[in-house]
Amino acid sequence: MVEKISEDVVIVGSGLAGLRAAIEAASSDPEIQVAVVSKIHAMRSHSVAYAGGTAAVLYPEEGDSLDLHAFDTVKGADYLADQDAVELFVKLAPREILRLEHWGMPWSRRGDGRIDQRPFGGHSFDRACYASDKTGLHAMQTLYNTCLKYDNITFYHEWFATSLIVEDGEFKGLTAIDMKTGELHVFQGKACILATGGAGRLYSFTTYGYSATAEGMAMAYRVGIPLKDMEFIQFHPTGLVPSGILISEAARGEGGYLRNKDGERFMSKYAPERMELAPRDIVSRAMMREILEGRGFKGPNGLDYVNLDLTHLGEELIDEKLTEIKMIAMKFAGINPVNEPIPVRPVAHYTMGGVHVDIHGQTPIKGLWAAGEVNCISVHGANRLGCNSTADCLVYGFITGKLAAEYVLKKSSSGSIPVHLVEMEEKRLFDQILRGGVGEDPYIIRREMQNTMSQYAYVFRDGKGLEEGLRKIRELKRRFNTGRVDDKSKEFNQNFINVLELDSMLEVAEVILVSALARTESRGAHYRLDYPKRDDVNWLKHTLAYRTLEGPRLEYMPVKITKWEPKERKY
Amino acid sequence: MERKIQFKVFKFNPSIEVTPTWRVYEVEVDRGTTVLDALLKIKEEQDPSLAIRYSCRQAICGSCGMMINGKQRLACFTRVLELNSKIIYVEPLSNYPIIRDLVTDFSELFSKERSVKPYIIRDDVEEMSNPTGMYLQKPDELLSYLQFADCIECGLCSSACPTVSTDRLFLSPMVLNKAYRFSADSRDSGLVHRLPVIDSEHGCWRCHFAAACSSVCPKGVDPAKSIQLLKRMITSTNIFKKSRKRIVEISSRPHVTLSFP
Repeated sequence: MVEKISEDVVIVGSGLAGLRAAIEAASSDPEIQVAVVSKIHAMRSHSVAYAGGTAAVLYPEEGDSLDLHAFDTVKGADYLADQDAVELFVKLAPREILRLEHWGMPWSRRGDGRIDQRPFGGHSFDRACYASDKTGLHAMQTLYNTCLKYDNITFYHEWFATSLIVEDGEFKGLTAIDMKTGELHVFQGKACILATGGAGRLYSFTTYGYSATAEGMAMAYRVGIPLKDMEFIQFHPTGLVPSGILISEAARGEGGYLRNKDGERFMSKYAPERMELAPRDIVSRAMMREILEGRGFKGPNGLDYVNLDLTHLGEELIDEKLTEIKMIAMKFAGINPVNEPIPVRPVAHYTMGGVHVDIHGQTPIKGLWAAGEVNCISVHGANRLGCNSTADCLVYGFITGKLAAEYVLKKSSSGSIPVHLVEMEEKRLFDQILRGGVGEDPYIIRREMQNTMSQYAYVFRDGKGLEEGLRKIRELKRRFNTGRVDDKSKEFNQNFINVLELDSMLEVAEVILVSALARTESRGAHYRLDYPKRDDVNWLKHTLAYRTLEGPRLEYMPVKITKWEPKERKY
Repeated sequence: MERKIQFKVFKFNPSIEVTPTWRVYEVEVDRGTTVLDALLKIKEEQDPSLAIRYSCRQAICGSCGMMINGKQRLACFTRVLELNSKIIYVEPLSNYPIIRDLVTDFSELFSKERSVKPYIIRDDVEEMSNPTGMYLQKPDELLSYLQFADCIECGLCSSACPTVSTDRLFLSPMVLNKAYRFSADSRDSGLVHRLPVIDSEHGCWRCHFAAACSSVCPKGVDPAKSIQLLKRMITSTNIFKKSRKRIVEISSRPHVTLSFP
């Protein structure tokens, strides 16, 4: 018998968006019971890792404006962003910066005590708020600690969500495994907010932490919600080989060079004026051209790379301005960048696509919202600007938390939970997978999936490659079968969790490939060698992938244009 | 460059096993391989049942604290070859209950954290939820607590702390550091609300200043220092002065000669 837990608002995921939503829902009314369900300790979500900052217009009197922030976002998005959503997003972002400030965020300050801002790629005004070189950690700590103020927020640390229970188009509950005991529980809730982040772990080489395995997207997809614009995955130019840990743009900003194996600063061929500081997608493509044409270095496990050379900058400058980068290179690659170049290659960094929601983060299911990287409205279109994702998490955490609370207050009872659906899930998990699961070694399947995505759905794509990738993913799905679990214990069974994660990742990988194959143009992060031009006549539209037994079925919906007609994206 | 290294790993599932066992695995490593990389390789290729808590693999999420060759470390922040040993011993953090293998139970630590009210406390409640401006904070005011805000809650300090070993209710370095981080923030006026917990039998006065916490902290937070600063802050508050006066009153009964200036 699966134990029932009654909560009003169930939040899945505890990164910036989830924690922000929890505070908003809990502070709306002390009677509202809020559950935060996280498969890791709640304060450890990968939002902790961002260094850069959070974009918002704070000082219009100094020349910034909401319109400017919105236009930068729309242009960066290669015009695939919904402009009404972008306008709402930039309007609400400044207040979120102030809220965090009021809740203890150690924002770096100007001499007069006001919040400082710095420049960031793609923004035409210095509007990145930051907290030394640990903005993400501080934002997460601020939100997590503020959550502790509310007695009506309960944290379920290390609980793994497995499915959404939906009946008649309405959210009814969420099933989750308490990893400590291995027992399945069902949250009987009135409202749910998915805040499970992106899908970076589909790739072998990624900046994401190990927890970004896309089950939020897969759970929504399985109950009939389409996944939108999944072909758009952002690749940051400089991931450290072999771990994928991000080497921030600061390395190039301070004068670092990219060199191929002949020692040549190859960016002179691709962007002679801006060189290493050209936009992310241009630099990533240049690096991959060098590597594919044989001018890179041979790396481990196929991770061929180019060099990020800081040696000419001198120890003094590196120690003063690039301390974090030096620490990362030394600790995670055993390389001292003062004497030796850093091996880097483009790395999966952000999922622009996600669970289809409207401008308020509402999914097509009543009582179910999605916030942060897991959703796609779309604010970021075909390519996200740096520092916009964290602002998005805060804004949509706020909006969905507020709306979920209002919904709960209007709803008298949560109704009964459809027991047969919970029993089906219990059988699927324990009888079909944990005890009776068959298939090949999941860790081999996972590696092959990651290699497939890295080969065919990476910086450069083409029809033939995407077809081959899709064939391979479908073959892997067959070989994965139900998923095989070798460890049969209940307590903290990560082998079981890894299999469930892989099940979700295979599902989402298929959606990415099918969506990318269909989009016969190049836009933002989606670059097709066989269709190298943007095609607004046929492709200024969002992809919607619906789950069917035969695989994803695609539909399309228009992009909302308010003020800015599509133009060529030039920097 | 590859070398084979032996890992002796503590395996124990207390719910079904009576005693722990050590298992030996061999892993090829190179100069960049971290202990976490090696453990995950073991999990993928040799023993899928091995339980490890991990997430960011870049020393910022605080998940993978464990004892490596007898010392509290983050597995992702320890390169195998920097340990300079042919056999590497890996055990769960001491001072915490074991859930399974290298995974320990942090729930007591998290409740202690909640008990010290680790958030900004002020009277202007409406402004806090619907801001109309900034609370100004000068760079030097920021610097007075910033180092202590770098805590990633990895719990290594509490594992190394000799007081935690003998007094399970001791608030612990991590939690006292957090209490100081907020109390020292120029935006906060919450010390009075935190006092009943931190100025208690199991509070800051139990710290014997062994500084084991600071020696294992991977982020340079130095909780040994913040705890001493917290003590100083408490002794200089009005509340403490009042309670000292009460002691004086009791102490000034005729048969007692001791008195404060």
